[in-house]
Amino acid sequence: MFRFILRRLLQMVLAFFGTTLIVYALMFAGQGDPIQALAGERPVTAAQRAYLTEKYHLDATGVGGFFYRYVTYLGGLVRGDLGQSLTGRQISDILAAAWPVTVKLALIALAVTVLFGVTAGVLAAIRRAGVFDHATLVLTLLVLGIPTIVLAPLAQYFLGVRWPIFPPTAGAEPSFWALLLPGIVLGSLSLATALRLTRTSVTENLRADYVRTARAKGLVRRRIVGVHVLRNSLIPVVTFLGVELGNLMSGAIITEGVFNIPGVGFNLFRGIRTEDGPLVVGIVSVLVVVYLLSNLAVDVLYAVLDPRIRYE
Amino acid sequence: MTQNAVRPTPASPTPPGGHLLEVRDLHVEFRTREGVARVINGVTYHLDAGETLAVLGESGSGKSVTAQAIMGILDTPPAHVRGGQILYQGRDLLTRSEEERRQVRGTEIAMIFQDALSALNPVFPVGWQIGESLRERAGLSRADARRRAVELMDLVRIPAAAKRLGDYPHQFSGGMRQRVMIAMALALDPTVLIADEPTTALDVTVQAQIMDLLADLRRDLGMALILITHDLGVVAGVADRIAVMYAGRIVEHADVRSLYRAPAHPYTKGLLESIPRLDVRGQALSTIRGLPPNLMRIPSGCPFHPRCPYAQQVCVDEVPHDLVLGDGRTSACHFAQEVHDDRVD
Repeated sequence: MFRFILRRLLQMVLAFFGTTLIVYALMFAGQGDPIQALAGERPVTAAQRAYLTEKYHLDATGVGGFFYRYVTYLGGLVRGDLGQSLTGRQISDILAAAWPVTVKLALIALAVTVLFGVTAGVLAAIRRAGVFDHATLVLTLLVLGIPTIVLAPLAQYFLGVRWPIFPPTAGAEPSFWALLLPGIVLGSLSLATALRLTRTSVTENLRADYVRTARAKGLVRRRIVGVHVLRNSLIPVVTFLGVELGNLMSGAIITEGVFNIPGVGFNLFRGIRTEDGPLVVGIVSVLVVVYLLSNLAVDVLYAVLDPRIRYE
Repeated sequence: MTQNAVRPTPASPTPPGGHLLEVRDLHVEFRTREGVARVINGVTYHLDAGETLAVLGESGSGKSVTAQAIMGILDTPPAHVRGGQILYQGRDLLTRSEEERRQVRGTEIAMIFQDALSALNPVFPVGWQIGESLRERAGLSRADARRRAVELMDLVRIPAAAKRLGDYPHQFSGGMRQRVMIAMALALDPTVLIADEPTTALDVTVQAQIMDLLADLRRDLGMALILITHDLGVVAGVADRIAVMYAGRIVEHADVRSLYRAPAHPYTKGLLESIPRLDVRGQALSTIRGLPPNLMRIPSGCPFHPRCPYAQQVCVDEVPHDLVLGDGRTSACHFAQEVHDDRVD
C-alpha cells in the first residue's frame, strides 16, 4: 500500500507538470501582443511597454522564450507563489476567498446526493419493480436528460422568482440558505447517477450467494440488508461519490455563474472571458492538484472498503 | 464403515413413531415469465436422529430446492411451495410464521453450501462471520463470540485458528473455506445439518478430507446429516440411506449397501454403470442417453421414460407409484423388480 501511494504521488508530479504546461501554452502561446491585450483599447507608451516587457520576461522570444517564461512561472508555483492576475490582485487571495464558497456548495450538493440518492436507491432496490422503483426511474432519467444549463435557470426562475422560496442569487459571502438551491441543482445530476448506481448494486447483491447463507444463519432481514448487503453494495457507490466530490470541489462554472456565486468556477470563467492568463493558469494548476489528490484518496478508500483489492 | 459405528443417543426428542425430520409429498413450482416449472413433484423422505441421508441426483433434479424449502430460504418469487408438509419434531414447518421459521434456522437445522467462496460474505473477516450467529442469535459478547469462533475453527481443523480469525474468505484455500462454512453452520449447535454439495468445488483429495470431517463431526456431535450430492462416490462411505431424485421426485430409496448391490430403478442403475471402474479393463464407459427433462414440460407417465432402456407403453401412460421391495426399499418404477433382479456386475 505504501509503495502504491508513493508511486501514485510520483505519477502525480508528472501529471501536474504536463497539465500546467498544456494550459500555460494554450493561454499564452497564441497571444499576439500580450501587452496590448492587457491595455485593451488604450495606447501603450514606450516606457510602459519597456516596463511590462521586463516584468513579464517578454524580451525572450520564440519557443525558448516560452519555456523560459514557463519555467520561471513554475519556479514561483513551487514556492507557493501563484503570481498576480492581470487585475493586479494576488491569485492566492482570489482563491482563498473563492474556495470556501465552492467547498460549501460542493458539500451541500454531496449531502443532497447521499441523503436522497443513496437512500432512494436502496429503497428502489428492496422494492424492485414497485411503484417507488418505477417513479424514481422516470425521475432520474428526466434529471439526467436535462443539462445543468437548462435546469439551473429553470430552478432559479420557479423557486427563486416565481415562488420566491429561495433567494434567486447568492452574491458575495453567501449564506447556507442562499447556497441550498444551487447545491440541490448541482447535486441533482450526481444524485440521479448515485441512485441508479446504488439500486443496481443493491439489486445485484440481494441475489448474491452470501445473502442465502445469511438467511440460513437465521438472521433478521433488517440485518441481512442493512449489514451484509449494504456493506457490499456501497463499495462502487462510495467510489463514485469520491470522484464526484473531486469534480464538485473544482467548481461548477454553470451553476456558480447562473446563481452569481463567487466560487472557483465563477472566477475561472471570468478569467477565461477576460483572457486573464495568469488567473486561469493559476486556478487550473491548483484544480489539477485537488483532482489528483481526490482520485488518490478514492483509490486508497477503495482498498479499505474491499479487502479483496490490494495494490502492489 | 460409518453406518456400523455406535451412535450417541439422539440429542432432541422425537415423537414416538415419528421421525426427526420428515418431508411429505412436497410440491414446489417456479413461476417465471417463460412459464411454470414444476421443480418438486411430491417429494417424500425422512431423517432420523443421528443418521446420514444422502440425496442423490443430477443438477436440476430438485435436491437443493427441497433442502432450501426445509430451511425456508427459497426465493419467493419465483419459488412457491404448492403443497405438502415438512415436519420437524412432529410439527409442520410450512404452517409456521416466518419469524418462527427464522428461529429454527441455524439453531435446529443448519445448512452449508456448495461454493464457499461466494457463500461467504467477501468483505467481513471469517471470525466475524462465524461469531455473528453467536452474537446475534445466542447473545454472546464480542469477546466470547471470538473465543467460541476460535474453538469452532479448531473443531473443523483449521490450523492456527486464532491467527486466522481476522483473515478474509479470499485468503483461504478452497478446502479451508469450506471448513469455515462448516464452523459457521455448527455455531448454534444444530440438530440437523444439511450439506448441499459440500465438496463439488474442491479437489479430489480435499473432497475426501471434507467428507471425513463431516462424518466425524456428525458422529461426535450427534447430529443428523442430509448430504446432497450428484457424486455416487462421495456417498458410499458416509451415508446410511440414499434417496435418488429425478425430475423433482424420489425415484429410489434404499440403504446404501443394497442400493449399490442391486439398484431397483433404471436411473440409479444408469448412474452406477456410468462410474468409471478400475477393475474392468477395456470397457467403454456407459452413459445415460439424453438429457434431464425440461421442468416446464415434464414427460407424461414416468418422467424418466424417454431415457430409459426398460421403457414400455405403460411407462408413457401411467405415473409409477412407489413399489415397496422390502427392507424399507422403494422404487418408483413399473419394472422395479425386474431392474432389481437384473444385477449390475
